[in-house]
Formats: sequence, C-alpha cells, structure tokens
Amino acid sequence: MFEYEFMRTALVAGSLVAVVAGAVGFFLILRNLTFAGHALSHVGFAGATGAALVGASPLWGLLAFTLLAALAMGFLGARLRGRDIAVGIILSLALGLGVLFLYLYTANASQATAILFGNVLGVDTQTVRALLVLTVVSLSALAFISRPLLFATLAPELAEARGVSLRRVAMLFLLIVAIAVAEAAQVVGVLLVFALMVAPAATALRLTARVGWGVALAVALALAETWAGIALAYGTDWPTTFCIVAVSCGCYFLSLLRRPGQSASANAAH
Amino acid sequence: MDAIRLDRVTLARAKRIVLSEVSLAIHPGEFIGVFGPNGAGKTTLLQAILGLLRPVAGRLEVFGVAPMRGNRLAGYLPQHRASVAELCLRGWDFVASAIDGDRWGVPLWTRAPRREVDRVLAIVEADRLAARPLCELSGGEVQRLLLAQALLGQPKLLLLDEPFLSLDPHFQQATVDLVKRIQKDQGITVLFTAHELNPLLDAMDRVLYLGQGRAALGTVAEVITSEVLSRLYGAPIDVVQVDHRLLVVSGHGVVDADAHRHDV
Repeated sequence: MFEYEFMRTALVAGSLVAVVAGAVGFFLILRNLTFAGHALSHVGFAGATGAALVGASPLWGLLAFTLLAALAMGFLGARLRGRDIAVGIILSLALGLGVLFLYLYTANASQATAILFGNVLGVDTQTVRALLVLTVVSLSALAFISRPLLFATLAPELAEARGVSLRRVAMLFLLIVAIAVAEAAQVVGVLLVFALMVAPAATALRLTARVGWGVALAVALALAETWAGIALAYGTDWPTTFCIVAVSCGCYFLSLLRRPGQSASANAAH
Repeated sequence: MDAIRLDRVTLARAKRIVLSEVSLAIHPGEFIGVFGPNGAGKTTLLQAILGLLRPVAGRLEVFGVAPMRGNRLAGYLPQHRASVAELCLRGWDFVASAIDGDRWGVPLWTRAPRREVDRVLAIVEADRLAARPLCELSGGEVQRLLLAQALLGQPKLLLLDEPFLSLDPHFQQATVDLVKRIQKDQGITVLFTAHELNPLLDAMDRVLYLGQGRAALGTVAEVITSEVLSRLYGAPIDVVQVDHRLLVVSGHGVVDADAHRHDV
C-alpha cells in the first residue's frame, strides 16, 4: 500500500493528528472535559461548511470556529457548569448553521460527508503541511503548560494558593483542545472526533496509573490505531473512518477486561 | 519574629465583614487549633494568610512580610478538594504534580524532585500508599497524600483546613497524632481548623476561637470558657467537662459536635 502516494499522505496526516489527539485526550479525560471536546467539534462543523461556502479551506474554517468556541467556553468557565441545555441549544444552532451553509454551497455532497465523517485518504499535501504546523504548535503549547496544567487539574485549590492562575491554564488548554479537534476532524470527521481523542487516552488510563506512561501510551495507541485503521481500510475497501474508529473502540473495550490500577500495584518502584 | 501577626486586621468576603479589627500573634512552631461556628471566618483567615484574600484594613504579616500568593513558606491542605478519588492515577504522581507546579514546562520529575516527593511521603508514612492508584484509597489515605503534598518544599507553616471532614472518628486521632509529630520533628507552625475540639485537646499549644467577627487566642483553659465563648457566639454558652473531654453546650445542645460541617 505504500506505493500509492495518497496512502503515504494519509499515513503521515493520520500520524500527525494521532500524536496530538492522544496527548491532548489524556488531559481532556483527567480534566473531565471530554464533552467539551465533543461540543467544540460540533461548532467546528459550521466553520468548516461556512469556509467551503466562501471558497476557503474547511480546515481553517473549522479551526477558526473551534478556537472562538474555546475562547467563549474559557470566558464563561464555571458558569457553563450545569448549563447543559444552553450548551446543547448552541450546539444545535451550530449544526443547523452547518446544514444551511451546505445547502447554499451546492457543489457536491461528498464535501459534507468528508467534513462530517472525515476522509483521510483525500488529504492533499497542502493540508498535510498545515497539519504539521498545527501539530508542532499544539504540542509545544501543551508541553509548555503541562506542569501547571497537571497541578491545576489534580489539586486546583493548592495550585491556586501556590499562585497558578486556574483561569489562564484552563483557557490555554481549551485553545489547544480546539486545535486538536480541528486536526482530528480531518481524519475521522467532526462527528467522530471523540473516538480519536478520547478512546486511546481512556484505554491508556486503564492500562497504567502513571502520568508519564499514560501520555506516552495514549500517543502510541492513537498512532497504532490510526495506522491499523488505514491498513484495514486498504485491505477491505471499507471507509477509513470506520476502520480507525472500530480499532480504537475495540482496544478500549478490550482494556475494560482489565481491572484498572493493576500495573501500579505490581511495580511499586519508580 | 512571629510566624503570623495580625494588627487590627479586618477581613471581608463578598462585602460581608467576617473578622473585624482582630489583633493576635502566633509564634513559630506553635500548634494552633482554630475553631468557631460556621461562617466565623476560619477558612477566610487561612486564605488571607495564603495571600488569596487581602485584608480590608489592618496589617497581616506572615514571617514578617505581607502574605503573597504563591508563598512557598506556607503548606496548605484545602477544605474543598477536587474529586481526584475516581482517577486511577498513582498516588505518587498525584503528590508529585504539585512540585514546581506554578512553573511552565514539562514535569520531568528528575532526581531532585523525586527525592523531595519520597521525603514528604516518608514523613507522612505513605511510601506504600503512594504506589497504589487513588481510586483504591480510602478518604483517610487520600488525606495523608494531601498532607504530603502540603509538605513539599519544606514549608515553615502548615495551614490545614478541616482535615476531619469526611474522616471516621478513628482516623481523626491518627491525623492529629501525625500532624503533631510533623510539627515537633520539623518545627513547623500549624493552624488546624476543626469543629471537634476534643481530638485536638492534647495536641494544641493554644486555641484560636473565632465568632461574631472577633477572635480569642489563648490556652484551652483561657479560651474554652463559658464567658469567652458566650461572647464569641453572641449567645449563652456553657462548657462542661466530662472525663477529660470538653463539651461546649448552647441552649440548643452540644455545639462542637459533627452537626454543622461545611464552613465558609
């Protein structure tokens, strides 16, 4: 399968996205924000279709909308808690707007399917270059904030007393999540971002109790699952998105067979 | 130099005066039990000492300087703790997350921070606990890790906000004994807020009782009296001694029992 350029491009694009999705997803779960990631991707749908309507690249439209939504979430912060109804209505509006933009942009229906369900085999080299930049930016930013992020996530009250601005950390992290969502949507589409961002990290958290190993394992699983999914799609001719999602969800279900925390008790030394 | 010095300090929360023109001095190495009815300002006082809340008036000094947020001289066990208990992260990693947590960058946990984490875990005798994931630990065990976290960076002052919350009575005495040992071994000044007086009777050097915007600081014999407490509660209070235990009784019943918990 490596003889085809679109396959090589797909593997590179998938890898760039998987690294970000795995690492960001790990903190997303620790912070109990998985549905914020889901919500961002829905808002991104309106951005992607809107961009297509005005002739811009859907990736940039998606990114603009997820970043804006992340800023809004960050500013509202704790006030959003328990506002499921308001958030749900905004999400419906975003998806509805996306449908309107698609209706106005009558060129072809495959564009809509690509945005909703992803099309990693159709990624062009220009997009790969954009993904590379986004991956470098988001991973550097995540590395930069990772220490206060972990502190603010696990011990927020103590972190605040030690001078960490919980608000600033939360905001920066949401912006990183916005980039990760926009990237992940290129591979599995806005509707299935959850599978790529949450499933590998959730699996990792069931296999190790260590933070360092957890991040590494989440990244490794996201990479392996993406590659396996693309290879499976190549072999079966089924949609790539289905194959990636099936593999990553399958791994998660397998990890459920194991009681969490076993490894931690087994090797106490560090 | 005093560990903590309040000079006519007034503290307010959401424009409500909690403590009014309070003056007192706490010496280095003292174990102070902090008591008072709900809303008397126990947590507010700790937050002011941490620099999270500025006095409306008066001068507050911690080891001779006005408190600043991020002061490394103070270790803190907060009352409201994030629900980390469901996370299956290793206790060791949880404690270590606080190391230099206020600095940007990647937590690499190289040799020096690792040694510091092991040091505080040894102090609270939680070396073995730390190898287990949080989701398998009891409330008392998680609290020992929180205490270890508060000891990171060798603070000279330990602010413990309601450590008895969600603890079985059996663990209460064990917690007090542990904190007392830390106070003695490390020469740390301790402020320990609680509703229950008796578990702390033997450990405390002095009592700080808050109420009605006022404060009384002194030995148990000086402060836990009908006269002082009646003034602080603004209602008649009796103190009854039963088998070396003190019962603080108002017209409505025993005051320092577990009845009221969540404090401001």
